[in-house]
Amino acid sequence: MLAYVIRRLSYGGVVVLGVLFFLFVVFFWVATPDDIARRALGEKAPPEAIEQWKINHGYDRPLWPWQSLEDNMLFSHYESMLTFDFGRSDADDVPILEKIRTGAGPSLALTVPMFLLGLPLSVMLSLVVAVFRETYVDRMGVVLCVLGMSVSILLYIIGAQFLIAKLLRWFPISGFDPSPQVVMRFLSLPILVGIVSSIGSNVRFYRTVFLEEVHRDFVRTARAKGCGEARIMARHVLRNAMIPILTQVVIAIPFLFTGSLVLESFFGIPGLGALTVEAIQGNDFATLRTMVFVGALLFVVAQVLTDVSYSLADPRVRLE
Amino acid sequence: MSELLKVEGLSTVFPGTPRDVPVVDDLSFTIDEGEVLALVGESGCGKSMTALSVMRLVPKPGRIDRGTIVMNGRDVRGLSIPEIRKLRGHEISMIFQEPMTSLNPVVTVGKQVVEAIQLHEAVDFGAARKRTIELFERVGIPDAAPRFDVYPHQLSGGLKQRVMIAMALSTRPKLLIADEPTTALDVTIQAQILELLRDLQRDTGMSILLITHDLGVVNELSDRVSVMYAGRVVEHAEREELFGRPVHPYSIGLLRSNPALSRPGEPLPEIPGVVPPPDEWPEGCRFANRCDRVLEVCGDEIPGATVQGPHKFVCCHAIAREGADD
Repeated sequence: MLAYVIRRLSYGGVVVLGVLFFLFVVFFWVATPDDIARRALGEKAPPEAIEQWKINHGYDRPLWPWQSLEDNMLFSHYESMLTFDFGRSDADDVPILEKIRTGAGPSLALTVPMFLLGLPLSVMLSLVVAVFRETYVDRMGVVLCVLGMSVSILLYIIGAQFLIAKLLRWFPISGFDPSPQVVMRFLSLPILVGIVSSIGSNVRFYRTVFLEEVHRDFVRTARAKGCGEARIMARHVLRNAMIPILTQVVIAIPFLFTGSLVLESFFGIPGLGALTVEAIQGNDFATLRTMVFVGALLFVVAQVLTDVSYSLADPRVRLE
Repeated sequence: MSELLKVEGLSTVFPGTPRDVPVVDDLSFTIDEGEVLALVGESGCGKSMTALSVMRLVPKPGRIDRGTIVMNGRDVRGLSIPEIRKLRGHEISMIFQEPMTSLNPVVTVGKQVVEAIQLHEAVDFGAARKRTIELFERVGIPDAAPRFDVYPHQLSGGLKQRVMIAMALSTRPKLLIADEPTTALDVTIQAQILELLRDLQRDTGMSILLITHDLGVVNELSDRVSVMYAGRVVEHAEREELFGRPVHPYSIGLLRSNPALSRPGEPLPEIPGVVPPPDEWPEGCRFANRCDRVLEVCGDEIPGATVQGPHKFVCCHAIAREGADD
């Protein structure tokens, strides 16, 4: 198993290198070092200031190795990422590690409750729907799920902000305050929107997974020995449905850290998702590449974790 | 011997358009204590649905439409859900055709038997475990104690079926329903499992409802035989009686086409045609379109039972007319 983990991690290393390369290519395809400097200094900055800024931040060098083998931006891009030397933001010169440190808290405060409430809720709802399969409860459930997943998250956000925040005034429309007494006032609405907007597709997915198990022969065996429905669902169906569920769940756990791009920007939560969106909008290459690099690393780790969790959930799976 | 299970006029249907499609139609049989009754017929004749009906385990959207099922003096159809759960696995146990898929792949085989015990008896895990290992030994699983903790995929098909049998016997049921218990197994393993079932039946005195298409299995194990065709019993007799003097044209054809009982060197006789699916069952006698003794009346009327002895009846217009002419 250890050999397996090491092998998978080394494949993952190749993935990370590839991600860094594509990020570099795509970024400098749509933006030039001049654009980065102009966004940092302002549109009206004189050309000399821009040249000076580029020299200070290392953007005066050629992009590609074939232009200059010993001093080019692609190689130093790899060098600083692979040595975890993230440097400072191109937009405001704040150290990126510090930005991550301040953004991680709000992100986790949003995503962890969303995950911890949303997962059991959708699993329970789909178990109920699976128990009532082929009845009107099930059919209603499927209709609601399809409706729910057909609506864009933007509509949920705007709808919730209008109805619950503006008309009913239960929560603020957006904003954030990290003090523990009031933080949930700001987070409740985005958490609610996050759960509601994803519950439709989740319930539909889990329902399919459960229904596949419900018709297995061993479930009939369990019934024949006198098991009740609740016990059948918990002990026989749920445990066998763990593999597809784990695939969805374990891969999501590391990304709790990177926050939610859409929810954070629309609800004004200063988390890592909002940080990433700002970096994209502000041509902040240094911050953006760090977030992408961290995301790629998390993805690789999550995949290995998923494989390991398979072998824990299913005795037939052995990692070699 | 007293009557253990009595099924009368059982009809099990699946919803269809324009009307429900019966898969078991007006079926009756009884099993006495300590008796082995075989329900025999081709695939799709409704024998498995009969077994599942007795357990009230007909898969949705199917349902029992008519008839009574009386087990040990109690009306099975009238039982509440908790009552039927107490019956299942306790008074009536069941083993299935596919030992490969009938055990939960992520739970150890020992725990699956323990679950069956603990569902019906207030015993702690240690005691249930001890009993499970004894049962494993009883059903001929070598290295019973270490095998308690293995997963189904680590056992062969024959051993898995032995685990299923151990599970079925764990609560000392009065009736064991064995639905094609040997069909999925190798021939040598088939013989071992049949021998095991026969031994267990003799030792425990339980009754067995044996569901099979294999006349060899019927011959090994059963006391009486009901031959089913298209959801109905066409002939019922003691085993020796049926094998020695089958009466219904379908029974005769079935016995003749059994490779084990055929004459060497001659082509194997067959019954022309196939069993029609339930939604295409003809009016009148359902075997009429494949029968070599078909009469005009066979297309109009379902033949009633012609009783030919205390444990023998046959449902056939031709036989009934023969009897009337005598």
